[in-house]
Amino acid sequence: MPVRIQTKDFDAGAEIAALRRNNPKIGAVASFIGVCRDANDGTAVTKMTLEHYPGMTEKALEKIVVEAKSRWKVMDVLVIHRVGELKPADQIVLVVVTGSHRSEAFAACEFIMDYLKTQAPFWKKEETPQGARWVEARSSDDEAAQRWEPPKSSAA
Amino acid sequence: MKVKILYLASLREQLGKPGEDLEISPAVSTVAGLRTLLMARGGAWQTALAQGKALRVAVNQEMAQPTTAVNPGDEIAFFPPVTGG
Repeated sequence: MPVRIQTKDFDAGAEIAALRRNNPKIGAVASFIGVCRDANDGTAVTKMTLEHYPGMTEKALEKIVVEAKSRWKVMDVLVIHRVGELKPADQIVLVVVTGSHRSEAFAACEFIMDYLKTQAPFWKKEETPQGARWVEARSSDDEAAQRWEPPKSSAA
Repeated sequence: MKVKILYLASLREQLGKPGEDLEISPAVSTVAGLRTLLMARGGAWQTALAQGKALRVAVNQEMAQPTTAVNPGDEIAFFPPVTGG
């Protein structure tokens, strides 16, 4: 199962070891971990709640993984994204890509994160000293995803 | 025809409900038509779904466009731009 949505934390080392197991053809492992910060847009963040759209989230992530595998020569991909309540310093998301060589693994890992940011239905709500607020989407995330275009005709 | 509508994240809070099963005229054949129908309720509906508001729509859990067709039994979700990762 290359895509997992879960409330509990993950162990990147254990996940990478499991992905590499019994595959001596792997020459590169690229990974990314997104972490909850204690501030956003100049305001302290004491807690965060991550909501998603069950069913669509898994489909959207699987589609991104399929797209990445069609663009780059990589072997295995793992995406874990947490939902529910998180605190500053908590891990949010893990992406691991294995392949023969680093350039393809790096590119696929970055592509998956850029597309996840703009295509996968997750929403963050932050608790701040001024009260709760929904995080606004950033145009810089759209720009990051757009540099991987041209998109498939089905991309929304 | 009957459709299932979902309102997610900040939109759910603005509209005060997570979703609804709705009987709509077959003449409401697209995502844009459904949005217009919901806006006609006025108040928070008018404000939250107004044109120009950054809004995303999925039909049967696939990202949709204003022109995407709406068919009986469809699950149509309205939500703000995503902010995961």
